[in-house]
Amino acid sequence: MAQYKLVRCTINGKEVEQMVDVRASLTDMLRNDYRMTSVKKGCEVGECGACNVLIDGECFNSCIYLAVWADGKHIRTLEGLMSKDGELSDIQQAFIDEAAVQCGFCTPGVIMSAVEILESGRDYTDDELRKLLSGHLCRCTGYENILRAVRKTLDKRLGKV
Amino acid sequence: MYDIKALYEASSVEDAIKLRLEHPDAQILAGGSDVLVQIREGKRAGKELISIYMIDELRGVTLTDSGDIRIGSLTSFSHITKNEIVKKYINVLGEAVDMVGSPQIRNIGTIGGNTCNGVTSADSASTLFALDALVELTGSSGKRIIPISDFYIKAGTVDIKPDEIQTAIIIPQEKYDGYKGHYIKYAMRNALDITTTGCSVNVKLCDDKKVFEDVRIAYGVAGPIPMRAKTAEAFIKGKAVTEDTALEFSKQVLNDINPRDSWRASKAFRQHLATELAYRALKECVKLCGGEM
Repeated sequence: MAQYKLVRCTINGKEVEQMVDVRASLTDMLRNDYRMTSVKKGCEVGECGACNVLIDGECFNSCIYLAVWADGKHIRTLEGLMSKDGELSDIQQAFIDEAAVQCGFCTPGVIMSAVEILESGRDYTDDELRKLLSGHLCRCTGYENILRAVRKTLDKRLGKV
Repeated sequence: MYDIKALYEASSVEDAIKLRLEHPDAQILAGGSDVLVQIREGKRAGKELISIYMIDELRGVTLTDSGDIRIGSLTSFSHITKNEIVKKYINVLGEAVDMVGSPQIRNIGTIGGNTCNGVTSADSASTLFALDALVELTGSSGKRIIPISDFYIKAGTVDIKPDEIQTAIIIPQEKYDGYKGHYIKYAMRNALDITTTGCSVNVKLCDDKKVFEDVRIAYGVAGPIPMRAKTAEAFIKGKAVTEDTALEFSKQVLNDINPRDSWRASKAFRQHLATELAYRALKECVKLCGGEM
């Protein structure tokens, strides 16, 4: 017998509520109930990072996070980065400028990890950045361009360039 | 959608105990980075689950009045690594759990889940063995505190009674005070890999830093469950801090460990790793203690 639960949360700053099947992952809820299709279904076992979202400021693979756990949480996805006039955020633009996007499937997840890094307000060495980005698989870029995009955006935000 | 028969959400420890008694076949679900993945693979599919993830009282690290460090079972790996009490007194544990999976896994994975799994490769487990940690279990008749070495029964099986959940990991003051620890994880890649063999060492030197007062060494994946190398520990107690002592100590561990051949690595390679990691971790501990070798 199907079991449902009311889940109230904020998604990209907007308060929402929905009856959710308790068997749903947060990826299922974000994609099917809220059309947040930046949240990709990749490996679905928490390895590839394509479904990565911010929950109360920390990165989580939404594929191994039950939708019912989102109750009362603040969730952010890539859709929330776009400004009101439709412009891309600095980190998204940096991914384009540095050719850190090829097929694009891993990109929303990586960018959300980058958002957590950038919003921490501190500097990191390249080795630290590599470790912080290590929860993502990208089969196109070889990671160097991704690292460079995050590095350059971080340096800009910290006023280093 | 996950193949789950039913989900029961516990709002408190009491509630969890009640649910355990009402649904004896249900699987406990903490962060889910193992259980949900196993459901996806079909291994635990179609089962009832008791989610304890929302019980916030099980989160956080505290220093008790008696000086012991108490880590709530649902504290995530990343919160353990960032915690000031951990950094100050048992930094080795913060470093060890910072090698689990990936940043996202370290945000969802809990120290309680890592130990309740009963697997030998758990990155927290060897360090908890080396720290002589205690496990707190709460059931209908109250709390029970047992040594972590008694908590592990066999591969995949730990001592949790049908009405219990694990509520905390405790590091007694006398086990960390004056000790410095180091953990080395050997794996094939830096992120998202299971430990081939891991070694955690705690060292206390005598006041003049020339003699080993006490050393505790524990392994992950050197046997079916995490284990201490007691022969090596007995050997090194009271010995001079020298290169020769370290080399002999690292050989002595072979008397204690019992690794196996698996697709990940051969028994011979794991024995080699165990010796080499013991030597390197011991050396690093001596350095952290301010000694020289």
